[in-house]
Amino acid sequence: MADDTQIGGARQHFPTTRWSIIERTRSAQAEERQRALDMLISAYWKPVYKYIRLHWGKGNEEAKDLTQEFFSRLVERSLLDRFEPSRARLRTYLRVCVDGLVMNEDKAAQRLKRGGQVTLLPLDFETAEGELKELPIATAYNPEELFSREFARSLFSLALERLSGECSANGKTVHFRLLELYDIEEGGRQLTYDDVARRFGIKTTDVTNYLALARKEFRRIVLDELRTMTTSEEEFRREAQLLLGVKL
Amino acid sequence: MMRFLSDSAIERLREAADFPDLTGTRYELIDKLGQGGMGGVFRVQDTALDRQVAMKVMSLVDSDGTWSARLLREARIIAKLEHPGIVPVHDSGLLSDGRPYYIMKLVQGKRLEEHVSNVAALSDRLRIFLRICDAVAFAHARGVLHRDLKPGNVMVGPFGEVLVMDWGLSKVVAEKTENSVSQPSELSPANPRDRTTAHGTVLGTPGFMAPEQTRGDSVDQRADVYSLGAILQFLSVDSSSVPRALTAVRKQAMAEDSSHRYQTVLNLATDVAHFLDGLPVSVYPEGPLIRAGRWIVRNRVWILLLLAYVIARALLIFFRPR
Repeated sequence: MADDTQIGGARQHFPTTRWSIIERTRSAQAEERQRALDMLISAYWKPVYKYIRLHWGKGNEEAKDLTQEFFSRLVERSLLDRFEPSRARLRTYLRVCVDGLVMNEDKAAQRLKRGGQVTLLPLDFETAEGELKELPIATAYNPEELFSREFARSLFSLALERLSGECSANGKTVHFRLLELYDIEEGGRQLTYDDVARRFGIKTTDVTNYLALARKEFRRIVLDELRTMTTSEEEFRREAQLLLGVKL
Repeated sequence: MMRFLSDSAIERLREAADFPDLTGTRYELIDKLGQGGMGGVFRVQDTALDRQVAMKVMSLVDSDGTWSARLLREARIIAKLEHPGIVPVHDSGLLSDGRPYYIMKLVQGKRLEEHVSNVAALSDRLRIFLRICDAVAFAHARGVLHRDLKPGNVMVGPFGEVLVMDWGLSKVVAEKTENSVSQPSELSPANPRDRTTAHGTVLGTPGFMAPEQTRGDSVDQRADVYSLGAILQFLSVDSSSVPRALTAVRKQAMAEDSSHRYQTVLNLATDVAHFLDGLPVSVYPEGPLIRAGRWIVRNRVWILLLLAYVIARALLIFFRPR
């Protein structure tokens, strides 16, 4: 169907039969299962690591261990098998699981003794640690907000990566550069469209159109990624409202 | 490699994701004016008519089309309410990403709370209030309840025009013909069809919402009467001493039990107009002394003329040459 790339078509009505990430992690097909787990890990590992560092105040090394432990359990499906979509949203469930893991950290020795059973994931902790230094020092926050904020950061980054790839593949690198300039780089919005048009050697009207298209595609990809990361229509809508800052 | 996004970049991206893509429409985006419950409002240039207008675009992610239908329903409701006190809708449609929008007149005024900070006289404030009542009474006559009346939903334009905005929570309780101005029977109290929402969800703004609306019970036009009472209270709260008659009007409008309120907006407006004209209001019984005082104030010019005449005659008699 031509509408498949448009998240359910031009009217944004999503097909309800589409598999949720949880169903995919429970798939009988190993390849499908692995893809779903990779997606979950790529979206959540940084929020989990930063959450352990900031909320639980764990040191760098301990946070790395706990993050690895958490995702090992995820890969082994012991965590996801217990998840009931009707009782909680996935993001909240994962955060509560992290809390449980950290609270039981007195079993750390036991964790280390597991040795070869732990699946070590190639997670770039140095980058995540560097990002922590970029974050404003919060005086007070609640755990849910912190985890949500980091999840939004992670999901937006993934969406931008995907958008960048799609723009390159379709010869629309200028579209993506304009989005970077106006919506990511500090001070970009102070530039006039005329200035930008001269810089890129395009017409001023092109700046408007290219930027509008890039933003529309960004929205589409964010919602697409989010759709994948949620388990029901209701959860998807609530998460989208939270992620896109729209309140009812 | 995934890039790090600062908090400010995330905010900009959130905003960017909400910007409407106007490709294929006759409108060009200028800037964002505000964010409502269902959608953002943007200032756009209508390239066909060469004028600026306001565009309301659905922000919510709308998997099943419920919110889209509600936005377009809002547009249709407003379009039917052609009244100087209600912002006109010019156009509606779907953007290329599937989000619905509608175009309305760009009102470059101030919200009521901001406007009245420069209006000290109670009488001037009450005149604004009467204009709000006019618009709401008109909507009721067309079978439409607003259900979210509050100072933030009233704009006062640069030439003093008063506009009731944000009909997003409005409800059509009766289909009226174009020229019908009679009291719609469906608006009458205790109509079982009239629910706040299909699921009893509470919609509205605390403080300005009628108790029955807060409870999610059935509402009728008296819920708007309550909200107007709350607006009246807001408008008179700065006054050093609110006259008792006006307080009685406000209390009547905001009665806990809807059957004790003014039954129509017109009744409420009539009492406020009477108060402004120095006439007795229906909900404040006056003793003979107050009535006499009010009669004197109302007829002070004639009384003064009469007094002057009497004094002049007395002086003439007194000083008449004998």
